[in-house]
Amino acid sequence: MNMAAIALQARLSDDAERWLATAVNAIKADARTVRALFPAAARKCGRGPLQSDELPGWTVDEAARVVLLDALPADALSAEIGELYRYGDAAEKRAVLRGLDLLPLGAGGLPIVRDALRTNDARLVTAAMGPYSAKELDPHAYRHGVLKCVFMGIPLADIAGLDRRVDDELIAMLRSFAAERAAAGRSIPTDVTRLLPLPLEF
Amino acid sequence: MRIFDPHIHMTSRTTNDYQAMYDAGVRAIVEPAFWLGQPRTSVGSFVDYFDGLIGWEPFRAAQFGIRHHCTIALNPKEANDPRCVEVLDVLPRYLAKDGVVAVGEVGYDSMTPEEDRVFAAQLQLAVEHELPVLVHTPHRDKLAGTLRTLDVVRESGIPPERVVIDHLNEVTVEAVRDSGCWMAFSIYPMTKMTEQRMVRILLDHGIERMLVNSAADWGRSDPLKTRRTADAMLAAGFSASEVDTVVWRNPVAFYGQSGRLELDEVDVDELATFEGNSIRRGGA
Repeated sequence: MNMAAIALQARLSDDAERWLATAVNAIKADARTVRALFPAAARKCGRGPLQSDELPGWTVDEAARVVLLDALPADALSAEIGELYRYGDAAEKRAVLRGLDLLPLGAGGLPIVRDALRTNDARLVTAAMGPYSAKELDPHAYRHGVLKCVFMGIPLADIAGLDRRVDDELIAMLRSFAAERAAAGRSIPTDVTRLLPLPLEF
Repeated sequence: MRIFDPHIHMTSRTTNDYQAMYDAGVRAIVEPAFWLGQPRTSVGSFVDYFDGLIGWEPFRAAQFGIRHHCTIALNPKEANDPRCVEVLDVLPRYLAKDGVVAVGEVGYDSMTPEEDRVFAAQLQLAVEHELPVLVHTPHRDKLAGTLRTLDVVRESGIPPERVVIDHLNEVTVEAVRDSGCWMAFSIYPMTKMTEQRMVRILLDHGIERMLVNSAADWGRSDPLKTRRTADAMLAAGFSASEVDTVVWRNPVAFYGQSGRLELDEVDVDELATFEGNSIRRGGA
Protein backbone atom coordinates (compact mmCIF):
# COMPACT_ATOMS: atom_id res chain seq x y z
CA MET A 1 0.00 0.00 0.00
CA ASN A 2 1.14 3.52 -0.78
CA MET A 3 2.61 5.47 2.17
CA ALA A 4 -0.05 8.17 1.70
CA ALA A 5 -2.82 5.58 2.08
CA ILE A 6 -1.23 4.20 5.26
CA ALA A 7 -0.88 7.68 6.74
CA LEU A 8 -4.53 8.45 5.94
CA GLN A 9 -5.87 5.53 7.96
CA ALA A 10 -7.75 6.83 11.00
CA ARG A 11 -7.54 10.40 9.64
CA LEU A 12 -10.72 10.19 7.50
CA SER A 13 -14.39 10.25 8.49
CA ASP A 14 -16.52 7.29 7.39
CA ASP A 15 -18.03 9.40 4.61
CA ALA A 16 -14.61 10.54 3.39
CA GLU A 17 -13.26 6.98 3.50
CA ARG A 18 -16.20 5.75 1.43
CA TRP A 19 -15.79 8.58 -1.07
CA LEU A 20 -12.07 7.85 -1.47
CA ALA A 21 -12.62 4.10 -1.95
CA THR A 22 -15.29 4.75 -4.59
CA ALA A 23 -13.05 7.29 -6.32
CA VAL A 24 -10.11 4.87 -6.42
CA ASN A 25 -12.30 2.21 -8.05
CA ALA A 26 -13.63 4.70 -10.58
CA ILE A 27 -10.10 5.76 -11.57
CA LYS A 28 -8.94 2.15 -11.90
CA ALA A 29 -11.87 1.49 -14.24
CA ASP A 30 -11.46 4.73 -16.26
CA ALA A 31 -8.39 6.93 -15.78
CA ARG A 32 -10.18 10.01 -17.14
CA THR A 33 -12.43 10.20 -14.05
CA VAL A 34 -9.40 11.46 -12.11
CA ARG A 35 -9.83 14.84 -13.84
CA ALA A 36 -12.91 15.70 -11.76
CA LEU A 37 -12.16 13.55 -8.68
CA PHE A 38 -8.69 14.97 -8.02
CA PRO A 39 -9.91 18.61 -7.65
CA ALA A 40 -12.84 17.46 -5.45
CA ALA A 41 -10.66 15.61 -2.90
CA ALA A 42 -10.17 18.50 -0.45
CA ARG A 43 -13.87 19.24 0.03
CA LYS A 44 -14.65 15.52 0.31
CA CYS A 45 -11.78 14.43 2.61
CA GLY A 46 -10.78 17.57 4.56
CA ARG A 47 -7.80 19.93 4.59
CA GLY A 48 -6.34 19.46 8.09
CA PRO A 49 -2.77 18.38 8.94
CA LEU A 50 -2.00 14.71 8.22
CA GLN A 51 0.04 14.29 11.45
CA SER A 52 2.29 11.63 9.98
CA ASP A 53 5.93 11.13 10.98
CA GLU A 54 6.65 9.53 7.60
CA LEU A 55 5.11 12.41 5.62
CA PRO A 56 5.93 15.49 7.71
CA GLY A 57 4.13 18.72 6.83
CA TRP A 58 1.56 16.98 4.62
CA THR A 59 -2.17 17.74 4.78
CA VAL A 60 -5.07 15.28 4.55
CA ASP A 61 -6.12 16.50 1.09
CA GLU A 62 -2.59 16.06 -0.24
CA ALA A 63 -2.46 12.46 0.96
CA ALA A 64 -5.95 11.76 -0.43
CA ARG A 65 -4.93 13.21 -3.79
CA VAL A 66 -1.80 11.06 -3.91
CA VAL A 67 -3.95 7.98 -3.21
CA LEU A 68 -6.01 8.95 -6.27
CA LEU A 69 -2.85 9.34 -8.40
CA ASP A 70 -1.66 5.93 -7.20
CA ALA A 71 -4.86 4.39 -8.58
CA LEU A 72 -4.05 5.52 -12.14
CA PRO A 73 -3.20 2.67 -14.55
CA ALA A 74 0.50 2.63 -15.47
CA ASP A 75 -0.10 3.55 -19.12
CA ALA A 76 -2.10 6.68 -18.18
CA LEU A 77 -0.08 7.83 -15.18
CA SER A 78 2.42 10.16 -16.79
CA ALA A 79 -0.01 11.94 -19.13
CA GLU A 80 -2.79 12.38 -16.55
CA ILE A 81 -0.40 13.70 -13.89
CA GLY A 82 1.06 16.22 -16.30
CA GLU A 83 -2.40 17.59 -17.09
CA LEU A 84 -3.59 17.56 -13.48
CA TYR A 85 -0.57 19.68 -12.65
CA ARG A 86 -1.09 21.99 -15.64
CA TYR A 87 -4.74 22.69 -14.81
CA GLY A 88 -4.37 22.47 -11.02
CA ASP A 89 -4.90 25.26 -8.51
CA ALA A 90 -2.07 25.84 -6.02
CA ALA A 91 -3.22 23.07 -3.64
CA GLU A 92 -3.59 20.55 -6.48
CA LYS A 93 -0.16 21.41 -7.91
CA ARG A 94 1.40 20.95 -4.51
CA ALA A 95 -0.24 17.54 -4.09
CA VAL A 96 1.17 16.41 -7.44
CA LEU A 97 4.66 17.53 -6.40
CA ARG A 98 4.34 15.77 -3.04
CA GLY A 99 3.26 12.57 -4.76
CA LEU A 100 6.09 12.29 -7.31
CA ASP A 101 8.31 10.34 -4.91
CA LEU A 102 5.59 7.78 -4.08
CA LEU A 103 4.66 6.96 -7.68
CA PRO A 104 6.41 4.77 -10.28
CA LEU A 105 7.43 7.67 -12.53
CA GLY A 106 11.18 7.33 -12.83
CA ALA A 107 12.49 10.56 -14.35
CA GLY A 108 9.04 11.27 -15.87
CA GLY A 109 8.13 13.80 -13.19
CA LEU A 110 11.07 16.10 -13.85
CA PRO A 111 9.22 18.52 -16.21
CA ILE A 112 6.75 19.15 -13.37
CA VAL A 113 9.56 19.81 -10.89
CA ARG A 114 11.23 22.19 -13.31
CA ASP A 115 7.98 24.12 -13.79
CA ALA A 116 7.48 24.46 -10.03
CA LEU A 117 11.05 25.67 -9.58
CA ARG A 118 10.35 28.44 -12.12
CA THR A 119 7.50 29.85 -9.99
CA ASN A 120 7.90 32.20 -7.05
CA ASP A 121 5.39 30.41 -4.84
CA ALA A 122 7.19 29.20 -1.70
CA ARG A 123 4.63 26.39 -1.22
CA LEU A 124 5.39 24.99 -4.68
CA VAL A 125 9.15 25.50 -4.54
CA THR A 126 9.34 23.75 -1.15
CA ALA A 127 7.29 20.81 -2.40
CA ALA A 128 9.43 20.67 -5.54
CA MET A 129 12.60 20.23 -3.45
CA GLY A 130 11.27 17.08 -1.77
CA PRO A 131 12.59 13.48 -1.79
CA TYR A 132 11.82 13.03 -5.51
CA SER A 133 14.15 15.88 -6.49
CA ALA A 134 16.83 14.61 -4.09
CA LYS A 135 16.86 11.40 -6.17
CA GLU A 136 16.14 12.60 -9.69
CA LEU A 137 17.34 16.18 -10.22
CA ASP A 138 20.67 16.60 -11.98
CA PRO A 139 23.40 18.35 -9.92
CA HIS A 140 23.08 21.70 -11.70
CA ALA A 141 19.30 21.93 -11.25
CA TYR A 142 19.51 20.68 -7.66
CA ARG A 143 22.07 23.35 -6.71
CA HIS A 144 19.95 26.08 -8.29
CA GLY A 145 16.89 24.73 -6.46
CA VAL A 146 18.76 25.08 -3.17
CA LEU A 147 19.85 28.62 -4.05
CA LYS A 148 16.29 29.53 -4.97
CA CYS A 149 15.10 28.31 -1.56
CA VAL A 150 17.76 30.42 0.15
CA PHE A 151 16.69 33.52 -1.79
CA MET A 152 13.02 32.89 -0.94
CA GLY A 153 13.71 32.39 2.76
CA ILE A 154 12.72 28.70 2.70
CA PRO A 155 14.57 26.89 5.53
CA LEU A 156 17.27 24.52 4.28
CA ALA A 157 15.83 21.91 6.69
CA ASP A 158 12.79 21.73 4.35
CA ILE A 159 14.96 20.55 1.43
CA ALA A 160 15.24 16.79 1.05
CA GLY A 161 18.62 15.06 0.69
CA LEU A 162 20.79 18.14 1.24
CA ASP A 163 23.35 16.30 3.44
CA ARG A 164 23.84 13.75 0.70
CA ARG A 165 23.78 16.09 -2.30
CA VAL A 166 25.81 19.02 -1.08
CA ASP A 167 29.04 19.34 -3.14
CA ASP A 168 31.93 21.76 -3.57
CA GLU A 169 30.14 23.73 -6.24
CA LEU A 170 27.05 24.25 -4.08
CA ILE A 171 29.25 25.37 -1.20
CA ALA A 172 30.99 27.83 -3.53
CA MET A 173 27.61 29.19 -4.69
CA LEU A 174 26.45 29.64 -1.10
CA ARG A 175 29.71 31.37 -0.16
CA SER A 176 29.26 33.74 -3.04
CA PHE A 177 25.65 34.39 -1.96
CA ALA A 178 26.87 35.08 1.59
CA ALA A 179 29.54 37.47 0.30
CA GLU A 180 26.97 39.43 -1.71
CA ARG A 181 24.68 39.63 1.29
CA ALA A 182 27.56 40.83 3.49
CA ALA A 183 28.58 43.44 0.91
CA ALA A 184 25.02 44.75 0.91
CA GLY A 185 25.04 44.93 4.69
CA ARG A 186 22.28 42.35 4.88
CA SER A 187 22.06 39.37 7.21
CA ILE A 188 22.86 35.80 6.14
CA PRO A 189 20.40 33.08 7.18
CA THR A 190 21.99 31.04 10.01
CA ASP A 191 21.15 27.73 8.34
CA VAL A 192 23.29 28.86 5.39
CA THR A 193 26.30 29.85 7.51
CA ARG A 194 26.08 26.54 9.33
CA LEU A 195 26.47 24.71 6.03
CA LEU A 196 29.67 26.53 5.07
CA PRO A 197 32.73 24.59 6.27
CA LEU A 198 35.21 27.47 6.59
CA PRO A 199 34.82 30.52 8.77
CA LEU A 200 33.39 33.37 6.73
CA GLU A 201 35.76 36.29 6.22
CA PHE A 202 34.85 39.10 3.89
CA MET B 1 -24.93 45.35 6.99
CA ARG B 2 -23.47 42.23 5.34
CA ILE B 3 -23.54 42.04 1.55
CA PHE B 4 -22.94 39.22 -0.93
CA ASP B 5 -22.52 40.55 -4.49
CA PRO B 6 -23.54 37.55 -6.62
CA HIS B 7 -22.20 39.00 -9.90
CA ILE B 8 -19.15 41.25 -10.16
CA HIS B 9 -16.09 41.13 -12.47
CA MET B 10 -13.33 42.02 -10.03
CA THR B 11 -10.56 41.20 -12.53
CA SER B 12 -11.43 44.60 -14.06
CA ARG B 13 -11.55 46.52 -10.76
CA THR B 14 -8.97 48.23 -8.56
CA THR B 15 -7.78 47.69 -4.99
CA ASN B 16 -9.60 50.94 -4.10
CA ASP B 17 -12.83 49.22 -5.16
CA TYR B 18 -12.08 46.24 -2.92
CA GLN B 19 -11.51 48.58 0.03
CA ALA B 20 -14.68 50.59 -0.65
CA MET B 21 -16.68 47.38 -1.01
CA TYR B 22 -15.41 46.05 2.30
CA ASP B 23 -16.20 49.38 3.98
CA ALA B 24 -19.74 49.22 2.53
CA GLY B 25 -20.29 45.73 4.00
CA VAL B 26 -19.38 43.42 1.12
CA ARG B 27 -17.96 40.19 2.57
CA ALA B 28 -18.47 37.69 -0.26
CA ILE B 29 -18.69 37.83 -4.05
CA VAL B 30 -19.12 35.65 -7.11
CA GLU B 31 -17.16 36.58 -10.24
CA PRO B 32 -18.70 35.02 -13.35
CA ALA B 33 -16.45 34.21 -16.29
CA PHE B 34 -17.39 36.50 -19.16
CA TRP B 35 -15.79 38.22 -22.11
CA LEU B 36 -13.08 40.80 -21.61
CA GLY B 37 -14.10 43.52 -24.07
CA GLN B 38 -11.17 42.54 -26.27
CA PRO B 39 -12.15 39.23 -27.92
CA ARG B 40 -10.02 36.18 -27.16
CA THR B 41 -8.73 34.18 -30.10
CA SER B 42 -7.52 30.93 -28.53
CA VAL B 43 -8.35 28.38 -25.87
CA GLY B 44 -5.12 29.25 -24.04
CA SER B 45 -6.42 32.76 -23.30
CA PHE B 46 -9.47 31.25 -21.60
CA VAL B 47 -7.40 28.79 -19.58
CA ASP B 48 -5.15 31.57 -18.27
CA TYR B 49 -8.26 33.63 -17.42
CA PHE B 50 -9.87 30.70 -15.58
CA ASP B 51 -6.61 30.13 -13.67
CA GLY B 52 -6.78 33.78 -12.58
CA LEU B 53 -10.37 33.33 -11.39
CA ILE B 54 -9.40 30.42 -9.13
CA GLY B 55 -5.92 31.74 -8.22
CA TRP B 56 -4.83 35.36 -8.25
CA GLU B 57 -8.25 37.03 -7.86
CA PRO B 58 -9.38 35.10 -4.72
CA PHE B 59 -5.96 35.91 -3.25
CA ARG B 60 -6.45 39.62 -4.00
CA ALA B 61 -9.98 39.63 -2.53
CA ALA B 62 -8.80 37.89 0.64
CA GLN B 63 -6.31 40.70 1.22
CA PHE B 64 -9.36 42.95 1.71
CA GLY B 65 -11.35 40.53 3.87
CA ILE B 66 -13.66 39.43 1.03
CA ARG B 67 -14.46 35.81 0.09
CA HIS B 68 -14.17 35.32 -3.69
CA HIS B 69 -15.87 32.57 -5.70
CA CYS B 70 -16.36 32.26 -9.43
CA THR B 71 -18.48 30.70 -12.14
CA ILE B 72 -16.89 29.12 -15.22
CA ALA B 73 -18.26 28.90 -18.77
CA LEU B 74 -17.82 29.82 -22.40
CA ASN B 75 -19.81 33.06 -22.66
CA PRO B 76 -22.46 33.48 -25.39
CA LYS B 77 -20.62 36.25 -27.25
CA GLU B 78 -17.49 34.17 -27.81
CA ALA B 79 -19.48 30.97 -28.39
CA ASN B 80 -19.87 32.32 -31.93
CA ASP B 81 -16.11 32.23 -32.61
CA PRO B 82 -14.98 28.78 -33.86
CA ARG B 83 -11.51 29.44 -32.41
CA CYS B 84 -13.00 29.52 -28.89
CA VAL B 85 -15.51 26.67 -28.92
CA GLU B 86 -12.88 24.08 -27.93
CA VAL B 87 -12.97 25.71 -24.48
CA LEU B 88 -15.90 23.35 -23.86
CA ASP B 89 -13.39 20.47 -23.66
CA VAL B 90 -11.47 21.98 -20.72
CA LEU B 91 -14.55 23.17 -18.77
CA PRO B 92 -15.04 19.86 -16.87
CA ARG B 93 -11.64 20.29 -15.21
CA TYR B 94 -12.55 23.75 -13.93
CA LEU B 95 -16.12 22.86 -12.94
CA ALA B 96 -14.59 20.42 -10.42
CA LYS B 97 -12.59 23.13 -8.57
CA ASP B 98 -13.29 24.19 -4.99
CA GLY B 99 -13.80 27.90 -5.77
CA VAL B 100 -16.23 27.30 -8.67
CA VAL B 101 -19.86 27.63 -7.49
CA ALA B 102 -21.80 27.59 -10.78
CA VAL B 103 -21.68 27.25 -14.54
CA GLY B 104 -21.89 30.74 -16.06
CA GLU B 105 -22.38 33.13 -17.65
CA VAL B 106 -24.19 31.12 -20.30
CA GLY B 107 -27.20 32.11 -22.42
CA TYR B 108 -27.84 34.18 -25.52
CA ASP B 109 -26.23 37.21 -27.11
CA SER B 110 -27.44 37.22 -30.74
CA MET B 111 -29.45 33.97 -30.56
CA THR B 112 -27.46 32.13 -33.24
CA PRO B 113 -27.44 28.34 -33.81
CA GLU B 114 -23.90 28.25 -32.34
CA GLU B 115 -25.19 29.89 -29.16
CA ASP B 116 -28.04 27.35 -28.99
CA ARG B 117 -25.58 24.46 -29.15
CA VAL B 118 -23.10 25.88 -26.60
CA PHE B 119 -25.88 26.91 -24.19
CA ALA B 120 -27.46 23.44 -24.24
CA ALA B 121 -24.08 21.70 -23.86
CA GLN B 122 -23.24 23.80 -20.80
CA LEU B 123 -26.62 23.16 -19.15
CA GLN B 124 -25.78 19.45 -19.43
CA LEU B 125 -22.37 20.09 -17.85
CA ALA B 126 -24.16 21.76 -14.92
CA VAL B 127 -26.34 18.68 -14.45
CA GLU B 128 -23.30 16.38 -14.58
CA HIS B 129 -21.29 18.46 -12.10
CA GLU B 130 -24.28 19.13 -9.81
CA LEU B 131 -23.79 22.89 -10.10
CA PRO B 132 -26.27 25.75 -10.36
CA VAL B 133 -26.29 27.87 -13.54
CA LEU B 134 -26.02 31.62 -14.06
CA VAL B 135 -27.79 32.68 -17.27
CA HIS B 136 -27.18 36.01 -18.97
CA THR B 137 -30.09 37.51 -20.92
CA PRO B 138 -29.36 39.45 -24.13
CA HIS B 139 -29.24 43.23 -24.28
CA ARG B 140 -31.02 43.33 -27.66
CA ASP B 141 -34.45 41.72 -28.08
CA LYS B 142 -34.47 40.97 -24.35
CA LEU B 143 -38.02 39.69 -23.90
CA ALA B 144 -37.82 37.22 -26.79
CA GLY B 145 -34.37 36.16 -25.60
CA THR B 146 -35.61 35.61 -22.07
CA LEU B 147 -38.59 33.52 -23.17
CA ARG B 148 -36.38 31.40 -25.42
CA THR B 149 -33.91 31.01 -22.51
CA LEU B 150 -36.68 29.68 -20.28
CA ASP B 151 -37.69 27.18 -22.99
CA VAL B 152 -34.12 25.88 -23.29
CA VAL B 153 -33.80 25.60 -19.49
CA ARG B 154 -37.07 23.65 -19.32
CA GLU B 155 -36.00 21.27 -22.10
CA SER B 156 -32.63 20.62 -20.42
CA GLY B 157 -34.30 18.98 -17.43
CA ILE B 158 -32.30 20.98 -14.89
CA PRO B 159 -34.45 21.89 -11.85
CA PRO B 160 -35.50 25.59 -12.13
CA GLU B 161 -34.41 26.31 -8.53
CA ARG B 162 -30.83 25.65 -9.66
CA VAL B 163 -30.98 28.36 -12.36
CA VAL B 164 -30.70 32.14 -12.02
CA ILE B 165 -31.70 34.37 -14.95
CA ASP B 166 -29.77 37.65 -14.82
CA HIS B 167 -30.07 41.24 -16.10
CA LEU B 168 -33.87 41.24 -15.74
CA ASN B 169 -36.18 44.26 -15.81
CA GLU B 170 -39.88 45.13 -15.40
CA VAL B 171 -40.71 43.49 -18.72
CA THR B 172 -38.96 40.16 -18.18
CA VAL B 173 -39.38 39.53 -14.43
CA GLU B 174 -42.82 37.96 -14.52
CA ALA B 175 -42.07 35.11 -16.92
CA VAL B 176 -38.97 34.18 -14.91
CA ARG B 177 -40.88 34.30 -11.61
CA ASP B 178 -43.51 31.94 -13.03
CA SER B 179 -40.81 29.52 -14.28
CA GLY B 180 -39.50 28.83 -10.76
CA CYS B 181 -35.99 30.09 -11.66
CA TRP B 182 -34.22 32.69 -9.52
CA MET B 183 -34.43 36.33 -10.67
CA ALA B 184 -31.34 38.56 -10.75
CA PHE B 185 -31.03 42.27 -11.46
CA SER B 186 -27.90 44.19 -12.38
CA ILE B 187 -28.02 47.72 -10.97
CA TYR B 188 -26.13 50.14 -13.21
CA PRO B 189 -25.34 53.86 -13.01
CA MET B 190 -26.96 54.66 -16.38
CA THR B 191 -28.45 51.70 -18.22
CA LYS B 192 -30.23 48.45 -17.41
CA MET B 193 -31.69 49.08 -13.93
CA THR B 194 -31.56 51.73 -11.20
CA GLU B 195 -31.90 51.12 -7.46
CA GLN B 196 -35.21 53.01 -7.39
CA ARG B 197 -36.71 50.85 -10.13
CA MET B 198 -35.33 47.81 -8.31
CA VAL B 199 -37.14 48.76 -5.11
CA ARG B 200 -40.38 49.13 -7.09
CA ILE B 201 -39.91 45.62 -8.54
CA LEU B 202 -39.32 44.19 -5.05
CA LEU B 203 -42.49 45.92 -3.80
CA ASP B 204 -44.47 44.46 -6.70
CA HIS B 205 -43.01 40.95 -6.81
CA GLY B 206 -41.69 40.26 -3.30
CA ILE B 207 -38.20 39.28 -2.16
CA GLU B 208 -38.37 35.52 -2.66
CA ARG B 209 -35.80 34.15 -5.20
CA MET B 210 -34.61 37.73 -5.84
CA LEU B 211 -30.90 38.61 -6.30
CA VAL B 212 -29.36 42.07 -6.69
CA ASN B 213 -25.88 42.57 -8.15
CA SER B 214 -23.62 45.36 -9.40
CA ALA B 215 -22.29 43.39 -12.41
CA ALA B 216 -19.42 45.90 -12.20
CA ASP B 217 -16.79 45.31 -14.88
CA TRP B 218 -14.56 47.33 -17.21
CA GLY B 219 -17.51 49.44 -18.40
CA ARG B 220 -19.35 52.29 -16.70
CA SER B 221 -20.50 50.54 -13.54
CA ASP B 222 -20.41 50.88 -9.75
CA PRO B 223 -19.29 48.12 -7.35
CA LEU B 224 -21.28 49.75 -4.53
CA LYS B 225 -24.69 49.42 -6.24
CA THR B 226 -25.59 46.49 -3.98
CA ARG B 227 -25.21 48.74 -0.93
CA ARG B 228 -27.09 51.62 -2.58
CA THR B 229 -29.98 49.29 -3.41
CA ALA B 230 -30.03 48.01 0.18
CA ASP B 231 -30.16 51.61 1.43
CA ALA B 232 -32.98 52.41 -1.03
CA MET B 233 -34.90 49.37 0.27
CA LEU B 234 -34.57 50.59 3.87
CA ALA B 235 -35.70 54.09 2.83
CA ALA B 236 -38.77 52.54 1.15
CA GLY B 237 -39.78 50.77 4.37
CA PHE B 238 -38.29 47.28 3.98
CA SER B 239 -37.05 45.85 7.30
CA ALA B 240 -33.37 45.14 7.99
CA SER B 241 -34.17 41.43 7.87
CA GLU B 242 -35.82 41.74 4.44
CA VAL B 243 -32.79 43.63 3.16
CA ASP B 244 -30.54 40.90 4.57
CA THR B 245 -32.59 38.31 2.70
CA VAL B 246 -32.04 40.07 -0.63
CA VAL B 247 -28.36 41.02 -0.27
CA TRP B 248 -27.09 38.06 1.75
CA ARG B 249 -29.38 35.10 2.46
CA ASN B 250 -30.72 34.73 -1.09
CA PRO B 251 -27.32 34.61 -2.85
CA VAL B 252 -26.04 32.27 -0.11
CA ALA B 253 -29.04 29.99 -0.65
CA PHE B 254 -28.66 30.01 -4.43
CA TYR B 255 -24.89 29.50 -4.74
CA GLY B 256 -24.89 27.33 -1.60
CA GLN B 257 -26.50 24.66 -3.78
CA SER B 258 -22.98 24.00 -5.09
CA GLY B 259 -21.84 22.90 -1.62
CA ARG B 260 -18.68 24.94 -2.21
CA LEU B 261 -19.28 28.38 -0.62
CA GLU B 262 -16.66 29.43 1.94
CA LEU B 263 -18.16 32.16 4.11
CA ASP B 264 -16.18 32.14 7.36
CA GLU B 265 -14.39 35.41 7.99
CA VAL B 266 -11.12 35.95 6.14
CA ASP B 267 -8.00 36.00 8.27
CA VAL B 268 -6.23 38.85 6.48
CA ASP B 269 -2.49 38.22 6.09
CA GLU B 270 -1.07 41.42 4.60
CA LEU B 271 2.35 39.88 4.08
CA ALA B 272 1.03 36.94 2.09
CA THR B 273 2.05 36.49 -1.52
CA PHE B 274 0.48 34.62 -4.40
CA GLU B 275 3.09 32.78 -6.43
CA GLY B 276 5.60 35.24 -5.03
CA ASN B 277 3.69 38.34 -6.11
CA SER B 278 1.96 40.67 -3.68
CA ILE B 279 -0.45 43.57 -3.99
CA ARG B 280 1.78 45.80 -1.88
CA ARG B 281 3.51 48.54 -3.84
CA GLY B 282 6.52 50.57 -2.77
CA GLY B 283 6.76 49.26 0.78
CA ALA B 284 8.13 45.79 0.21
